[in-house]
Amino acid sequence: MSADAVAVVGVGIHPFGRHDGISGLEMAAVAARAALRDAGVAWQEVEFAAGGSDAAGNADTTVSVLGLTGVPFINVRNGCATGGSALATAHAMLSAGTAEIALVVGFDKHPPGAFDPRPEDWGLGSWYGATGLMLTTQFFAMKIQRYMAEHGISESTLAKVAAKAFENGARNPNAWRRRPLSEQEVLASKMVNHPLTQYMFCSPGEGAVALVLARGERARTLARAPVYLRSVAFRTRRFGSFEVFSPSIPIATAPSPTTEAAAAAFEQAGIAPDDVDVAQLQDTESGAEIMHLAETGLCEHGEQESLVRSGATSLGGRLPVNTDGGCLANGEPIGASGLRQVHEVVLQLRGEAGERQIAGPARVGFTQVYGAPGVSACTVLSR
Amino acid sequence: MPVDFVAVADGLLTGSARAPQLIGSECRRCGVVAFPRQGSCAACASSDVRERRLARRGTLWTWTIQCFPPKSPPYAGASDDFEPFGVGYVELPGEVRVEARLTEADPARLRIGMPMELVLVPAPGGDGEQTFAFRPVEER
Repeated sequence: MSADAVAVVGVGIHPFGRHDGISGLEMAAVAARAALRDAGVAWQEVEFAAGGSDAAGNADTTVSVLGLTGVPFINVRNGCATGGSALATAHAMLSAGTAEIALVVGFDKHPPGAFDPRPEDWGLGSWYGATGLMLTTQFFAMKIQRYMAEHGISESTLAKVAAKAFENGARNPNAWRRRPLSEQEVLASKMVNHPLTQYMFCSPGEGAVALVLARGERARTLARAPVYLRSVAFRTRRFGSFEVFSPSIPIATAPSPTTEAAAAAFEQAGIAPDDVDVAQLQDTESGAEIMHLAETGLCEHGEQESLVRSGATSLGGRLPVNTDGGCLANGEPIGASGLRQVHEVVLQLRGEAGERQIAGPARVGFTQVYGAPGVSACTVLSR
Repeated sequence: MPVDFVAVADGLLTGSARAPQLIGSECRRCGVVAFPRQGSCAACASSDVRERRLARRGTLWTWTIQCFPPKSPPYAGASDDFEPFGVGYVELPGEVRVEARLTEADPARLRIGMPMELVLVPAPGGDGEQTFAFRPVEER
């Protein structure tokens, strides 16, 4: 590791789910305090901060709770990549030598039910929403429907992905959905958008995550063994990528933003997908986890059917995926999701994941978050 | 302008109720077709684009069924009398894949690759305005 490598030296989380009587900002402060405590760092020592939410306020308002220290704080609002973008910003500031210790925080608090975006915010006519086309769930269903036909993925595999998420969530005290559900229960639940049933989808929810990052000597001399943030990369869509909220898509296709962000993250880290011991992938619905497995390079397109059936992506498998239950068991507070993934990888690499600690050696972890209208952020972490 | 129907929005549809057509655009530089009509090309960034009436027939590229009432707003329809509807992308050969409602909501009767044709359907919650949908073409 280079002398000025950037590492995650502290992690904190406010449990995900539904929490009446506590605001998103208050959850962010809980997570931030926990991360600072974990790192053994005082808030006064933090030299840079970045964070954000999609719908729960300005992240820098947390500083009034933590104490007004004059710290430079950048608010980030970048859809599902909010956490990843905040992390990329902090990583760049530390790498550039602007600061030695940074705090990153992501949080959110969404009302129940599907998201209800405004067409005008996405450059679309009001007719698009008025006629019933502006639903993220439709897009995910249509993307996996096509993918299943092209790559031979079965409905049973969709259900197995969801059942695995709830099995992992049951072992995670911070998860929202903690009741295991069988493959049969998932398949028998209410149809939402063919071929995806209710329990194959995550729900918008609430939660917060904070990370403390440090560079160089500081990273090596703090209380916790550093988990190195080997790379952070994020990309937006190219022309030809099949993305949400598209009234039309071209016939010529292009790689997805996830494919490009993952390739960039692996290249920057000098680590290959084969080296990954544990991965957290965006599983807005179970089809997304299947497609992202291949888009990130962790397997070949079509290989997921045998991979999932063999249990390779379960806790005891050779490539455990979404070990904390993912979005399916944790819900999706947009601003917090990407950082939850990093939080989980850090616990797994430290060997502190409790009942859900993976069986094999855990040296390299990978995370990928994806969102509308075609943005993806990936990280590679290692001990 | 449509000759004998009122469209849900300006600039989307033309033709007649019997033979409606979607209004898209085509880049004069690289030939890429888009829907709805765009002021510039998303592929090559040229602003030299012209209006193009899209083909009325194509094949189903992917589909789903919308089984629950979308949140309103933005959805204009009521939730108490909601009926599930099909949604898909239809590939217009050599042009573009268009997202649209489908007239068919029975998953057993939808198949990737099946031929589809553009028709009008009443816009949800509207006052007689028409929006576009694709319906399966009878196969002989």
